[in-house]
Amino acid sequence: MKEIVVISGKGGTGKTSITASFAYLSEKNIVIADCDVDAADMHLLMKPDLVRKEDFYSSLEAVIDQNTCIGCNKCFEVCRFDAISRENNKYDVIYLNCEGCAYCEKVCPVDAITMKRRLDGEWYISNTRLSKPMVHAKLGIGTENSGKLVATVKNIAKQVVELYNKDYILVDGSPGVGCPVISSLSGASFVVLVTEPTVSGLHDLQRVYSLIKKFGIKSGLIINKYDLNINKYLEIVNFAQKEGIVEIAELPYDETFVKAQTLGLTMAEFEDSNIKQILSDAWNKIIKLVN
Amino acid sequence: MKIIFTTKGKTWDSEMDSRFGRTEFLVVYDEEKDELTAIDNSAASQDAHGAGPKTSAKIGELGADVLITGNGPGGNAEKALRSLNIQIFVGAGNMTVKQAFEAYKKQELRKF
Amino acid sequence: MKIAIASGKGGTGKTTLSTNLALYLSQKQKTVLVDLDVEEPNSGLFISGDLIEEQVKYNMVPKWEPESCILCGECQDNCVFNAVVKIGSQIMVYPQLCHSCYACSELCPQNSLPMVPNRMGILKYFVKNNLHFVESKLDIGQEMAVPIIAQTIKYIEQKFEENTYKIFDSPPGTSCPVIEVGKNSDFVILVTEPTPFGLNDLKLAVETIRELDKPFGVVINRYGVGNDDVLNYCSEQDLEIIAKIPNKREIAEIYSRGESLFDRISEVKTELEKIENYLIKLNQQ
Repeated sequence: MKEIVVISGKGGTGKTSITASFAYLSEKNIVIADCDVDAADMHLLMKPDLVRKEDFYSSLEAVIDQNTCIGCNKCFEVCRFDAISRENNKYDVIYLNCEGCAYCEKVCPVDAITMKRRLDGEWYISNTRLSKPMVHAKLGIGTENSGKLVATVKNIAKQVVELYNKDYILVDGSPGVGCPVISSLSGASFVVLVTEPTVSGLHDLQRVYSLIKKFGIKSGLIINKYDLNINKYLEIVNFAQKEGIVEIAELPYDETFVKAQTLGLTMAEFEDSNIKQILSDAWNKIIKLVN
Repeated sequence: MKIIFTTKGKTWDSEMDSRFGRTEFLVVYDEEKDELTAIDNSAASQDAHGAGPKTSAKIGELGADVLITGNGPGGNAEKALRSLNIQIFVGAGNMTVKQAFEAYKKQELRKF
Repeated sequence: MKIAIASGKGGTGKTTLSTNLALYLSQKQKTVLVDLDVEEPNSGLFISGDLIEEQVKYNMVPKWEPESCILCGECQDNCVFNAVVKIGSQIMVYPQLCHSCYACSELCPQNSLPMVPNRMGILKYFVKNNLHFVESKLDIGQEMAVPIIAQTIKYIEQKFEENTYKIFDSPPGTSCPVIEVGKNSDFVILVTEPTPFGLNDLKLAVETIRELDKPFGVVINRYGVGNDDVLNYCSEQDLEIIAKIPNKREIAEIYSRGESLFDRISEVKTELEKIENYLIKLNQQ
């Protein structure tokens, strides 16, 4: 089983759109994993048909039993996060502020406080219009994106691969350089880096590449909107050559990208797409590099 | 010698778990007493962070001399395990516990 | 007035808007641009200025004092984040996992875990002409964005008077760091684009900001591309569309060079004027 993870560092480079195109182009022996859990978008192009839904619990939150509470103020005194409100001697938890540290639970003299696992999101297994299964998720509003939901999506995807005897997992990775990305990269056989020839694009590519280098995962590069800025494009090519990152493809700046998205289609299947062939060649190259 | 394995089950025939911090079980083999005990480590997977340190603390309590695992501990766990002066062997991720033990005895596993 | 520029999605134009709005406003009124995307601050790529001050930012974490410790292990039991563990005959602290709740420290029967400062990242304050620019960056390996965001906002509140425009470039998404920025703002501008992805993420962003009960408005970037679904959604939800920045390849090219738009593209200047007028009206209320 091989895992291909697509990441970008910076948002808006076309990572999800390109991953969706690869999902379309691939053979049926693939499971799609949308690990971009904070504002996920893959499903907009996949038309998922829900097969299974599960709650995701991660952080803790304090709950005060009003019947037991004696209003001693101890919880208010110890809370460092302004998460205890007291109004007319009624003590309650401000959920948006509660860090789940459980300090209040420990000091309550009458055990009026319990820590409950918070519903931090949901994950799903769906069938898609491409007849390839997809594991995806939704992170709750205001939740810590610790990477745990990403790890959950990956684990479930692995189980689906085993159950249905698939050969590949294609991952739409998280943006940035923090725990969600690290979680996205864990276990990857190959990383596809999507970048754009802009000051921010190059900057974030270099930052995220230092992570990949540390993990020693083979990687390839796709430069999207490459003709936007020739100077920056050359800088990126130089950087890739210096670091030994294989260049997979260069996509021109193309308005049909959005047209396809608006119709709910990937660029690889959209009739008027100018980059169908480039994407197809790119995917074939990736499969060769992975094996 | 007390040897600890990161596993997916409780017996000699169980598969090894290639992970450390989030390993499903810890199996302890006491060579002198020829006893095999299993500890459920699934609680460590509940936590978003710190599974490595948490599992390392358990290892400390169990008083093991050798740890046999798959990929090896992450940075946080490694720091803790080094302070315990425990010997760590990796590369057993795709074996059964029995196979991992035999490989260790034959010095076929890589020292971490 | 504290204005947060946020979006559900990355890449919609938050930083583009924050930097250009700040540059534009600073021409007439004292303005400070604050880059709170502490994991990946990018505004500095578009604004160069003279460094006025830099401050290392710390959070408080426990430090083990072995002499008084009796190895009871209560600290490990008290830490839900696994940041304090008893390993053999040692107490090990992992500062990067610590949420600074003080439980282990204050509940230790021997006072063997005093809280000490731990470096999180660095705040830098620059000035270029009339624009003040503050950027905070998390050190690599540090995971907690919220404490450094909170401290940076405090710094801004202390350093700049009431009548300064304070533009907060927020992190993308809907998680804790965005909540922290939104909580401490007077008004939120949500940047979106008229595409299916843009709309999907705008809805999530709206849900997030509504949780905070803060007034907010929408700015549509790359207006003209995609379809009208975003417009229809805003109308259904009674959301004010403050400005629409047109979709122009030229804009993307200028942005790619790290240059400013407000002084090069007249349509952008017009839209920024609209935002300025909106803010003035808001201030008067």
